[in-house]
Amino acid sequence: MTMAARALPPGAGALVSVALVPPATRLSFRGGPDAAEACAAAFGCDLPRRACRAAATEARAALWLGPDEWLLLAPEAETAALVAAIGAGLAAVPHALVDVSHRQVGFAIAGTQAATLLNTGCPLDLDPAAFPVGMCTRTVLAKCDVALWRRGVDLFRLEVNRSFADYVAGYLRVAERGLG
Amino acid sequence: MTGEHRLARGGRVDRARPLRFTFDGHAYEGCQGDTLASALLANGVHLVGRSFKYHRPRGFLAAGAEEPNALCTVARDRARTEPNLRMTQVELYEGLVASSQNSWPARGFDLGAVNDLLSPLLGAGFYYKTFMGPRFVKGTTLWAKLFEPVIRRAAGLGVPPKEADPDHYANRFAHCDVLVVGGGAAGLAAALAAARAGARTILCDEGAEMGGALLCEPDATVDGMPAAAWVAATLAELARRGATLLPRTQGFGYYNHNFVALAQRLTDHLPHVPAGAPRERLWQVRAKRVVLATGAAERPLVFPDNDRPGVMLADAARAYLQRYGVKPGTQALVVTAHDAAYRTALALARAGVKIARIVDTRPRPAGPGLEAARAAGLPVTVGGTVVGTTGSLRVSGAMVAQASGTGATDFETVPCDLLLMSGGFTPAVHLFSQSRGKLRFDAETQRYLPGDPAQAQASVGACAGSWGLAAALDEGSAAGAAAAGSGAGRSHAVTGDHAGEGGGILGALPHGRDPARVKAFVDFQNDVTAKDIKLAVREGFRSIEHVKRYTTTGMATDQGKTSNMNSLAIAAGALGRTLPEVGLTTFRQPYTPVTFGTFAGAARDDLFDPVRRTPIHDLAAAQGARFEDVGQWKRAWYFPEAGEDLHAAVAREVRATRAVAGIFDASTLGKIEVVGPDAAEFLNRLYTNAWTKLAPGRCRYGLMLDEPGFVMDDGVVGRLGPDRFHVTTTTGGAPRVLNHMEDYLQTEFPELKVWLTSVTEQWAVIAVQGPRARDIVAPLVEGIDLSAQAFPHMAIREGRICGVPTRLFRVSFTGELGFEVNVPADYAAAVWQALWERTAALGGTAYGTEAMHVMRAEKGYVIVGQETDGTTTPDDLGLGGMVAMSKPDFVGKRSLARPDLVAPGRKQLVGLAIEGRTVLEEGAQITPTADPPVGTHAIGHVTSAYWSPTAGTPIALALVENGRARTGETVFVPMPGGAIAARVVGPVFHDPEGKRLNG
Amino acid sequence: MLLIPCPFCGPRPELEFRNAGHAHVTRNPAVDDPAWAETLFFRDNPKGIMAERWRHVSGCGRFFNVLRDTVSDAILASYKAGEPRPDVPLPGPEGEAPRIGAGDEVAP
Repeated sequence: MTMAARALPPGAGALVSVALVPPATRLSFRGGPDAAEACAAAFGCDLPRRACRAAATEARAALWLGPDEWLLLAPEAETAALVAAIGAGLAAVPHALVDVSHRQVGFAIAGTQAATLLNTGCPLDLDPAAFPVGMCTRTVLAKCDVALWRRGVDLFRLEVNRSFADYVAGYLRVAERGLG
Repeated sequence: MTGEHRLARGGRVDRARPLRFTFDGHAYEGCQGDTLASALLANGVHLVGRSFKYHRPRGFLAAGAEEPNALCTVARDRARTEPNLRMTQVELYEGLVASSQNSWPARGFDLGAVNDLLSPLLGAGFYYKTFMGPRFVKGTTLWAKLFEPVIRRAAGLGVPPKEADPDHYANRFAHCDVLVVGGGAAGLAAALAAARAGARTILCDEGAEMGGALLCEPDATVDGMPAAAWVAATLAELARRGATLLPRTQGFGYYNHNFVALAQRLTDHLPHVPAGAPRERLWQVRAKRVVLATGAAERPLVFPDNDRPGVMLADAARAYLQRYGVKPGTQALVVTAHDAAYRTALALARAGVKIARIVDTRPRPAGPGLEAARAAGLPVTVGGTVVGTTGSLRVSGAMVAQASGTGATDFETVPCDLLLMSGGFTPAVHLFSQSRGKLRFDAETQRYLPGDPAQAQASVGACAGSWGLAAALDEGSAAGAAAAGSGAGRSHAVTGDHAGEGGGILGALPHGRDPARVKAFVDFQNDVTAKDIKLAVREGFRSIEHVKRYTTTGMATDQGKTSNMNSLAIAAGALGRTLPEVGLTTFRQPYTPVTFGTFAGAARDDLFDPVRRTPIHDLAAAQGARFEDVGQWKRAWYFPEAGEDLHAAVAREVRATRAVAGIFDASTLGKIEVVGPDAAEFLNRLYTNAWTKLAPGRCRYGLMLDEPGFVMDDGVVGRLGPDRFHVTTTTGGAPRVLNHMEDYLQTEFPELKVWLTSVTEQWAVIAVQGPRARDIVAPLVEGIDLSAQAFPHMAIREGRICGVPTRLFRVSFTGELGFEVNVPADYAAAVWQALWERTAALGGTAYGTEAMHVMRAEKGYVIVGQETDGTTTPDDLGLGGMVAMSKPDFVGKRSLARPDLVAPGRKQLVGLAIEGRTVLEEGAQITPTADPPVGTHAIGHVTSAYWSPTAGTPIALALVENGRARTGETVFVPMPGGAIAARVVGPVFHDPEGKRLNG
Repeated sequence: MLLIPCPFCGPRPELEFRNAGHAHVTRNPAVDDPAWAETLFFRDNPKGIMAERWRHVSGCGRFFNVLRDTVSDAILASYKAGEPRPDVPLPGPEGEAPRIGAGDEVAP
């Protein structure tokens, strides 16, 4: 975890807050439809077939990031068990499962101004009609590639590669000043 | 009273809220709602600056964004000093400090005005003729020493502040169904219709107040309300319906696929700027539909001395009078080719301004304006013209003649302190043209109008050539409704309209005076006269684009908003062609100047570009590391101890590593996990090497070519299992290599069952290199037999280190026994710390990228991008043995048989041994003789050069033609201090047998 | 900034994409040297409709093809890598958004 990201302020009040999410298990799952189906059974959460959609249970989530690519999220302690379970469940199905838990850092962006804050640097239409709750995608935030997942009307999760976390934290801090 | 020329009532200013300000150090008072221009006019100040080239006294020409003359600098403090602002758009606030530009020592007495006397030398193309061109008048020392420096210093715009901009600039990406640019009658009606239809609507306007011309229509009503009240009601409804209303926002650029850029001014109008508030916001809007309601700008008339302070556009004078309650003069002469000026004359007369004369240049004008003027007893001269003006710092009279009998003496001088002109109106088609819509020339009205739109867009109101309030409102409403997909708009009940007005003229008025002695300005900001344009044509320029550049007409910061049509017409006349034949110059973004800060936004200082740090960065910094930039990464460069410079530190790091051991942060190495049943086959096709027979647990150095056969990357690849490889790439090459792999996988080899995942940031990498490396690593590792037999050079094992998972490589980039410890990034700092403590205890060192480079060069290991330049083949590097030509195909294989790649005489990698202590310059050319004549073909170049602490001499790697065959020859590296002799040797300077690797 | 229809994700801003040159360049290593040189180095530069490759690099990561009018920049179609070039006419003056490649489809 990087220094500046650790030093994030609690947020400028009720309108928007930016916080780091706790460490998590992150698995990159790649494969065809049959593999995705088998993976869902082993993982305990659907892998959405629809583009740019996430499925979630209480403790797990699967984010569609590409036509053969999902990001699986789960609690931190479950990495080894999940890798083993999915590996066992898909022994006969070609796929790729790669642990990327430490590759990324997650941010939670919450508040009525959350979408506006993101739109200072993200060129997507984040109106709930265009980017509804449950939608996810890789996109850009300022000069950084990110994965963006709308968990609620006013709640987003941002996943960034760890070496960009300082940049993203610094950027959001500056961008927040420009909301007024 | 807020200025002696302020009317007692009328306009949209708040006389109860006076505002004090200074201009050029003089204190004045204006009031809330004023612009700097209207406040100065209320105080009788017309002389507000000097012109760009001739330093002629200038006043306000316009009242809006098109103003070419009245530029000023507004200063809040030393850093917040903004030059080149149009005074007509600077909103007044309490305490505003503004100054004129381009005048020294003062507006009223300007030494630069000597340029006006030098003007015979400063005509069209003077830059080319004097500063850059052949010897024209430049040959004399008088010119070179006196005039040129004076002109260079005197000509120019305002001075930017020298300090860094302390303000913050915001950015916003926005999307909407309907974007309306321009908040006048047409734009408001369009936005209202769109919003009523439920469309997501954004409305922007450059002014502080929405309403455009409706704000200067005290006598008009819309839907039974006074025009200004209709504006207020409409804005209220738009806000209620959730439309985004952006006043002070200039739509300045229209790009592909309905992407429109807006610049919003947020704080420049405030007397006290809230701390940290953004100064401006760039809106990057993607609109499903765009409605352009950008209005029209009045054209000046071109006649001699049409630039004196007090000479103003007629419509601007009406705006000052009716919007700001300011009388811009006491005695006005109006010269016009358009009916609208009569409305101005009547309004001024009603306000108590004496109308000295209305000169209509048209032979047979008609219409209600003319009749009303005559009925009001205003003197009208029909078919007249103005052939000059009198006065110096303010116009004092107009020389009025009959158009048919023009001559220098055949005129009557009519006293006036305000000369209003109207050449007609030019639709503001800038954004339409930027959207790549083709303009069409309307011969009847002599205007360029929007043709068929090229994007999902409509132009309405004056920018589309319509005239009058009802037309603007109804067109706007129809376009707004259509853009929202909801059928027809509505029509508006308007009284006090002026629908029938028309007229206009293009080009210069005839004057018959000695053209050598008078200046009739076309482009006021760049001081371009009618004569200059004619001269350019006489000198052979035919293309309007060339005429524009040669004369600089339309190239000032106002982009010729008031001048382009007149200059086109003058050029067309001189060329004997019609306007459409001459064509138009390009309308470029931005419509009005936009500050650099707005474009930069947050991308400055630490956020200019992402700064990427490894998980070990903070520990390395605590150990005293100096860092270097490698792409976006910060990498530890060297670890100086007290008193050490780079060279001393590197020499120590190299010696300690080779004698004991060193640890090195290699986390930035690119890493790609290649997984799937076809993983080995995929690597067979992407690398020159063969992978099928590489056993799990073993590594191989991989060489990657691009399709033309040149080395594009290299790295160690470890096989973790039958279907899983851990591929490493160069630091800088990581994204490029992954993109290259994905490209071939997706488009050439989609049948392969294999997937690529970037794990660069998942795994931190700590290299432990040196004869004691095993002793450092061993006690920390669990589950891996580190013995030389069980874990040989070029092997990979999975296990644990310091209690966390590791992928442990036995590899070396130094030539020593070496390991590369991969651990999940969160654990890297702890593992580094443990390894460092053991290393230090044994007398080893931490080393940085510089020592790494030296050690690999001592071993002759290449760095892609340093020993290669995109035209280097494996054989050029002496790596032909890495190429498995027996494979049926791999990327680059076919090209290795290309004639150029097998031709003799290619440059080959060699070492250079140098006597003495001089380290060669990387990139230096290599020649066969010490002092070759100029033009000699170089036989190669130095790719890497270092002082080798191990050899105790300088070493270098080089690419030299037929290099391997030249082994033992002496070549030369010509340098400014004389050529340096070097002996061609093999590229490996240290342990050529490789014994140390296998310890 | 172009609005590029990704065949998987739908219309997205150009910022998310990287151009990857001409589409439908056939890689056939069996050809002779002059033909191979054509494959590697020679490209036409059409005024009008051009088939070009893009990668949704800051998105789903897919390479795909686009038909773009180089005069107006109007995008007339987008289609997956490996699919044949569709036959489309030049668009009307309104510059309507492309009808092919509207995105939001089910993964294969």
